[in-house]
Amino acid sequence: MKIAVCVKQVPDSWAEKKMINGTLDREGVDAVLNDLDEYAVEEALRIVEAHGGNEEGGANSVTIISMGPERATEAIRKALSMGANDAILISDGALAGADAITTSAVLAKVIETGGFDLVLCGTESTDARMSVVPAMISARLGWAQLTFAGSVVVDPAASTVAITRVTDAGVDSMGASFPAVLSVIEKINEPRYPSFKGIMASKKKTIDVRDCAAIGISVQGAWSLVADSAPRPARAAGIKVTDSGDGGKELVDFLAGKKLI
Amino acid sequence: MSNVFILVDLQGDAVSKTTAELATAGARMGEVTAIVLTQPGKSAAIVSTLTGPISSVISIESEDLATHGVPAYADLISQIVTEKKPSALLIASHAFGKEIAGRVAIATDSGIITDAVDVAADGTATQLVFGGSTTVHSKISHGVSIMTIRPNTIEANTAAASPTVENVTKSVSDVAKKVRITATQPFVKGGRPELTEANIVVSGGRGTNGDFAAVEGLADALGAAVGASRAATDAGWYPHTHQVGQTGKTVSPQLYVACGISGAIQHRAGMQTSKTIVVVNKDAEAPIFDIADFGVIGDLFAVLPKATEGVIARKS
Repeated sequence: MKIAVCVKQVPDSWAEKKMINGTLDREGVDAVLNDLDEYAVEEALRIVEAHGGNEEGGANSVTIISMGPERATEAIRKALSMGANDAILISDGALAGADAITTSAVLAKVIETGGFDLVLCGTESTDARMSVVPAMISARLGWAQLTFAGSVVVDPAASTVAITRVTDAGVDSMGASFPAVLSVIEKINEPRYPSFKGIMASKKKTIDVRDCAAIGISVQGAWSLVADSAPRPARAAGIKVTDSGDGGKELVDFLAGKKLI
Repeated sequence: MSNVFILVDLQGDAVSKTTAELATAGARMGEVTAIVLTQPGKSAAIVSTLTGPISSVISIESEDLATHGVPAYADLISQIVTEKKPSALLIASHAFGKEIAGRVAIATDSGIITDAVDVAADGTATQLVFGGSTTVHSKISHGVSIMTIRPNTIEANTAAASPTVENVTKSVSDVAKKVRITATQPFVKGGRPELTEANIVVSGGRGTNGDFAAVEGLADALGAAVGASRAATDAGWYPHTHQVGQTGKTVSPQLYVACGISGAIQHRAGMQTSKTIVVVNKDAEAPIFDIADFGVIGDLFAVLPKATEGVIARKS
């Protein structure tokens, strides 16, 4: 089984984010592996470990695929140190400020030529939060879409995969034949911490950096254009009282004063 | 006048409150056509309960929707959009709606904006990004303007609709049938309002220690939905479907009451845009107080029951 895991380097959740010329300023902030992608890396590793492991030269492999600046190799190293085999990074100045349409086109192009059986993703990136790229990759490749998985069962012999899809609406059981694009929710597993051995081994693993020309894609501009952006005024802290028996009553008085009850 | 499509948002077989919000937003840009996608035999009942400024309805019934899910919905919508060429397509912003929008954008070569909280007559969308700290105005420059709109952010015109109805027969393409849904278990809705649609949300976190009775008591007195922090859902104290925050739901009610929630940035990302925020927490240093309009430093098990009594007394 060949599994690809799509990951993104994002600003640290705690970093103060700002917009420059209509896109997120990625230079001035600490960048990390999107934590929701760690669940996808973990799930991919568990799938191969349940079916013979991903030793070098074996039948199974886990490849990390990412699009981003050269600096994204830092986030990719983390995924490699968890146990993935190798990585492909598509890095090109023309991709700065790319929207989901372009991102999905680039990722799909790389996946298409890699001979993968399964593609795993997180449900969203913590910066853009659109939650559409896995569905778009599936649509572009014409592969089965098995997203928002709370559990995954793979049968390599039959080349099938079954999931339970967990969303607002409810829980669906669904399945498909390979190849398929999956996204996994954060409740699916507990991602492992990279071991010292894993960290050392990751330094020797290959990150194949390619530009748009190398993967054979020409980049269009974003199809959603930002007219303007502005920081919203920070919420000022309001009234604060210490409960000495009548905190509940004061709370109700506040709500009544605001005509909320 | 340009034609704007909206996808009728359903909860089970019932039209959600969000549908009229989509219609209201769409009517600013043009004449609204509502697309109803449902199981055979169910569309007439759905159409009869539509409200809002809807001029016409395109209704497609198909067995394949329930068995093939998102790709099947997106495939039928893409066929209709390609044929009728609307200027915009508005869909509710939740996991299901956003995935459909994403696939239709690919199929129709269109741009996409998700999580809009407002839409202007010229198609400019307003989004609140980075956990609500930044306002962005943007517009789609290619193809159909496909936008998903967050529930509860647009004030709906809910006048009765009397649309013309066109029943259309279409079949789902084979490529959209690669997934088979074998069982569906909808979440059982309790008596409380839907979290993303509620005017008031009362949430509990680590400070509840797993006992949500006080939180639920205040919620019921206020007619509110109940939310939970990730700490509370991870501990199994409250269902994941009630999680508010980065990987849960984003809510923007008139009033948000956070009880025993410290206010990690991941939680704030899901509730920061609430109009009024009230906090009850034992820890005076909890970061949630920084964004509270009114904060009570105190034990939620002491404060909430008294607040509940007070609310009931004022309402009676």
